[in-house]
Amino acid sequence: MNVNKIRTQFPIYDNHPNLTYLDSSATSLTPRVVIDKMNEYYSEYGVNINRGVYLMSHMATEAYENARSKVAEFINSDSREIVFTKNTTESLNKICLMYQKKLLPGDEIIVTELEHHSSVLPWQVASKEKGFKLTYLPLDDEGKITLENFKKTVSKKSKVLAITYVSNVMGYITPLKEIIKYAHENDMIVIVDAAQAIPHMQIDVKDLDCDFLAFSGHKMLGPTGIGVLYGKATLLNNLEPIDYGGDMNEEVSLYDVDIRPIPHCFEAGTPPIAEAIGLAAAIDYINAIGYANIIEHEEKLLTYALDKISKIDGVTIYNKNADIGVISFNLNNIHPHDATALFNEKEICVRAGHHCAQLITKWLKCDGTVRASFYIYNDYKDIDKFTDTIRETIKFFKQFEG
Amino acid sequence: MRINNLYRQVIMDHYKNPRNKGLKGFRSSRLRNPSCGDDVTVEARISNGVLEEVNHDGKGCSICCSSASVMSEVLAGKTIDEAKEIISSFYKMIKNEEFSEEGLDEAVVYQGVSQFPARMKCATISWTALEELIGDGEVEQK
Repeated sequence: MNVNKIRTQFPIYDNHPNLTYLDSSATSLTPRVVIDKMNEYYSEYGVNINRGVYLMSHMATEAYENARSKVAEFINSDSREIVFTKNTTESLNKICLMYQKKLLPGDEIIVTELEHHSSVLPWQVASKEKGFKLTYLPLDDEGKITLENFKKTVSKKSKVLAITYVSNVMGYITPLKEIIKYAHENDMIVIVDAAQAIPHMQIDVKDLDCDFLAFSGHKMLGPTGIGVLYGKATLLNNLEPIDYGGDMNEEVSLYDVDIRPIPHCFEAGTPPIAEAIGLAAAIDYINAIGYANIIEHEEKLLTYALDKISKIDGVTIYNKNADIGVISFNLNNIHPHDATALFNEKEICVRAGHHCAQLITKWLKCDGTVRASFYIYNDYKDIDKFTDTIRETIKFFKQFEG
Repeated sequence: MRINNLYRQVIMDHYKNPRNKGLKGFRSSRLRNPSCGDDVTVEARISNGVLEEVNHDGKGCSICCSSASVMSEVLAGKTIDEAKEIISSFYKMIKNEEFSEEGLDEAVVYQGVSQFPARMKCATISWTALEELIGDGEVEQK
C-alpha cells in the first residue's frame, strides 16, 4: 500500500500539510473521489428521486438505488435489506423502536459495557418504558466480550442482544459468529453495531447470520449524514415503520395508508441522496485498496506505535491487545484533556474523553482516556510525531510537580 | 511554547492544591461537559446579599478544576452585584474582548485561555455554574 499516494487523494492534506490525523475512529477523512461524486450529483443531476417523469429525476433515482445495491453487495446482502438512515445512531434507534413492539414486559435485553451510547441507550430507555429487563453481559478481565460469558448471561427470557462488533475504545473484535449462533439457538435476535468494524474488516451478514446490523458512511471514507440499517428481509417484512410521510407509501386515503414494500417503507421523506452516492464511491475506493491491505497496514502501524509507546515511562495503555488500529491510553496523573493540549498545538488530532462510551471508561475506572486511531492515510512519520509529543507532554507537565 | 500561556504556575498550583474544595450543603449548582467529562458543582453561603463563602467540588482537567478554586477565592466576600460584574469581566477576558481587571485579582491568569478556543468552556464552566446559582432571585440561605 502506497501511503504517500493515498495521502494525495485526500484534499484535506492539501490544506493542512502538517496534519497528523489520528481520530479516524471518530470520523475518517474524505477522499477526493467521494467529494467529486457528490459534487457531480449536485451540479449535474441534483434533483429529488422518485419524481420519475423527467430524466434528471430518473438519473438521481438510479444513482441512489445503485448506491443501495452497492452497499448490499458490499456486505453480502440483498438490496431489499438495506435501509438508508442518517447514521449508525439513527439505525440503532430505529430498530429499537420498531422491534420493541414485538416484545413483552419482562422480556430480557442483553447489552454490554463496551457499547457505544447509541447501542445501549435506546434499549435502556425502552426497558424503563416497557418493562423489559436490561442485563449487562460481564466483560472478561481485559474488557472483552466472550462467548462463555454470553452463555452464562442468557436466560429463558432473553430476546434481544444489542452488541458491538468492534469496540470504539478498546478496538476488540467481538467473536460474533459464535455468539450469534448461540443467541439463535436460544430464540434471540441480534442487533450488531458495526460502525467501528466496517472501516477495518470485510463484513458478511450471511456468514455472520446477524439479524440487524448498523453502520455509518463517515467512518469508512464516506460523507456524514448517511448510515445503513441492514435487516433480514423476513424480519423487516414484519416491522412497522416509525416515520410516515412522502415516498414510503403506495396509496393514501382518508383513513388508511398502503405502505411500500421494504426497504422503501422505512425511508420517509427525501433521503440523503448525495450522501448515498458518496457512500457508494467510498465503497469503490475501499474495494480498490482491499481490506487485506488495510488490515496489514493497520497492524504494522499498531505494532510500531505500541512498541514506541511502551518504551515511554508514565503511560498507561488500556488495550495492548487491540485487534484494530486504536490505542486508548492515559499519561499518568495528567487529565486526558490536559494531555492533549500539546497535540493540538502540533496539529495532531486525537480524541480525549469518554468517546460516547462512558460505560467502558467507568469499567476502566478512569475519567476518560486519550485515543489515537489509525487508518490508511497514516504512516510511520505520524506515529513518530505522536510519540515524540507524548514525551514532550510528560516533560512539560513535570515542571509543575513538586 | 504557546501552551505556556495556558498552563501557568498559579493555575497548576490551584489544580494540585485546590482551595475551598468540598461541599458543605449550601445551595449549589452543577454543570457538566459531556464531551470532555468536566463535572463541577459550586455552592455559596449567601447572607445579606453577600457571598460569604464559595465552595466547589467535581472533576475535570486542570483548567476546569483550578478555575473553580481561583473563583472560590476571588468571589468570596463580594456582593451578588459585584460577583455578577466580575463574572461578566471574566467571560469578556476569556473571549478576548475588552474587559475591566477590577475584582478579577488572580483570575487574570486565565487570560491566556483566549488563545485556545477549545478550552474556553473548561475555564468558564464553574463561573457559569455560580452565575446560575446567584442569577435567580431566591439566593439567601435559610
